[in-house]
Amino acid sequence: MLVTNLAILVLAGFVGYFVISKVPNTLHTPLMSGTNAIHGIVIVGGLLVLGLDGDSFLNKVILVIAIVFGTINVVGGFLVTDRMLEMFKAKDPKKAAAAVEAKGEN
Amino acid sequence: MLFASFLQDPNFIRVCYIVAFALFVIGLGGLTGPRTAVRGNRIAALGMAIAIVATLLTKGMGNWGLIVLGIVIGTAIGVPAARSVKMTAMPQMVALFNGVGGGAIALIAWAEFRSSGGFDFTPTYIAIFSLFSAIVGSVSFWGSNIAFAKLQELISGSPVKLPGQQVINIALLAIAVGCSVAIVAGQTNEWVFILILVAAALLGNFLVLPIGGADMPVVISLLNAFTGLSAAAAGISLDNTALIVAGMIVGASGTILTNLMATAMNRSILSIVAGGFGGGGVLPAASSDGVVRTARSTSASDAAVQMAYANSVMIVPGYGMAVAQAQHAVRELTRELEKRGVEVNFAIHPVAGRMPGHMNVLLAEADVPYDQLKEMEQANPLFSRTDVSLIIGANDVTNPAANDDPSSPIYGMPILEVDRSNSVIVLKRSMSSGFAGIDNPLFYADNTAMLFGDAKASVQEITTELTEL
Repeated sequence: MLVTNLAILVLAGFVGYFVISKVPNTLHTPLMSGTNAIHGIVIVGGLLVLGLDGDSFLNKVILVIAIVFGTINVVGGFLVTDRMLEMFKAKDPKKAAAAVEAKGEN
Repeated sequence: MLFASFLQDPNFIRVCYIVAFALFVIGLGGLTGPRTAVRGNRIAALGMAIAIVATLLTKGMGNWGLIVLGIVIGTAIGVPAARSVKMTAMPQMVALFNGVGGGAIALIAWAEFRSSGGFDFTPTYIAIFSLFSAIVGSVSFWGSNIAFAKLQELISGSPVKLPGQQVINIALLAIAVGCSVAIVAGQTNEWVFILILVAAALLGNFLVLPIGGADMPVVISLLNAFTGLSAAAAGISLDNTALIVAGMIVGASGTILTNLMATAMNRSILSIVAGGFGGGGVLPAASSDGVVRTARSTSASDAAVQMAYANSVMIVPGYGMAVAQAQHAVRELTRELEKRGVEVNFAIHPVAGRMPGHMNVLLAEADVPYDQLKEMEQANPLFSRTDVSLIIGANDVTNPAANDDPSSPIYGMPILEVDRSNSVIVLKRSMSSGFAGIDNPLFYADNTAMLFGDAKASVQEITTELTEL
């Protein structure tokens, strides 16, 4: 099990490296925010531990806080990234128009 | 109930995880291009939803009330925070979201320790990975909080250093690692585990406190990678492939991103983390050489005339533009200048603002065409044939001391060489120094004129003057 998981770990590292190694500067901030949201996957860990053996009172408190944190990470992370990117999305047709306009006036 | 048992089949859940991380990879791939980025982010979010729902299907799940409670509280905090944050405050928001992720990991490790009776009958490797995730998660949580506090200006942005900082940090790391070894060797006392969390918390604080504000984007990116790695470690200790894959992808990508940013500032990650600027210690106060230097101030109408009759204008935006929300006003100014046949470009320093890409995001919002945005390597050769450089709320990234003053704390950092253009107009609120807390000789240069005031108001004034010319 350990060896299988280590293999997954190493391969995932390479995937991360190659998926991301060619990114324009412009997208660095949204990308950081997007990867930030993805490590919100820790919420899955919180759910499993609380759901399967959240036994004592203190453990329950600790794990509920962990789930709160994980949820903030996931929900906040994806929303903030989406807000950053909305601007890129909304502008494409207008941008082309603006470029044409600028050329015409020069 | 055949269907229910199918859904709870561990292999079905594993397949869901495989779908989830395939979506993460596709989503991240999308995030690397402007046109596919929005969809990419949503694909990744879909992957996350699948992973969470699949996890909830796990056989034997209980404590439903508490699970719902945690998710509801987290959503109630996270959604408004993400919705209401201003574009200028994005970097610290990312720091905060990163921090809570790290905190969650440390807490999960603590709960694991408690419910396994101090890793007593746990395989050694599970204990090791869990302890690793506790230490790194805790460092990330506290470090991110300090980064947030610095960027939010709750605490000073300039480096705060304790005497013997390095020794203290090494001692704290030694305590955390030593206690971990003791636990792996059979120690089951909970206080030993708590001591690990405390030592790691102090370490997180002390690692980020001595780092100057200008380096903060690099630090946030580094902490982002840390959280990813600790999530991957938590994944191994929980035998959960979704955590391993997602965590490790973030760990790897975060490390690359950190390296890109550090390289852009001509600094190594190690020297940034080793504390503050270079190690020179005391930062020079403004005009520390005793020479009284005077900056020349100008008016909006003078600035308008100067630019109207220029052939080329280079706009250098910085954090001040973001704070003033001046990007739309800047776009207006650009249009006016272009009507007069002035060639306008934007020079974007890789760390202008407080995050790489910060300026691009704002200017994109204001419909500035991509081809006018020049990265540092493209912009620097253009300055020598630029008539007017208009600096809007940027400071440290234009500081010529980085090129010619070896005693400057930012010596060696690549800058936008605005001092090579014919004349420079600086829009600035006051003569105070930049985020790095150092003086900028550019402001006292003969060909520099200062236009004091709010960036947005100044830009609008110049535009009005232009239309009346």
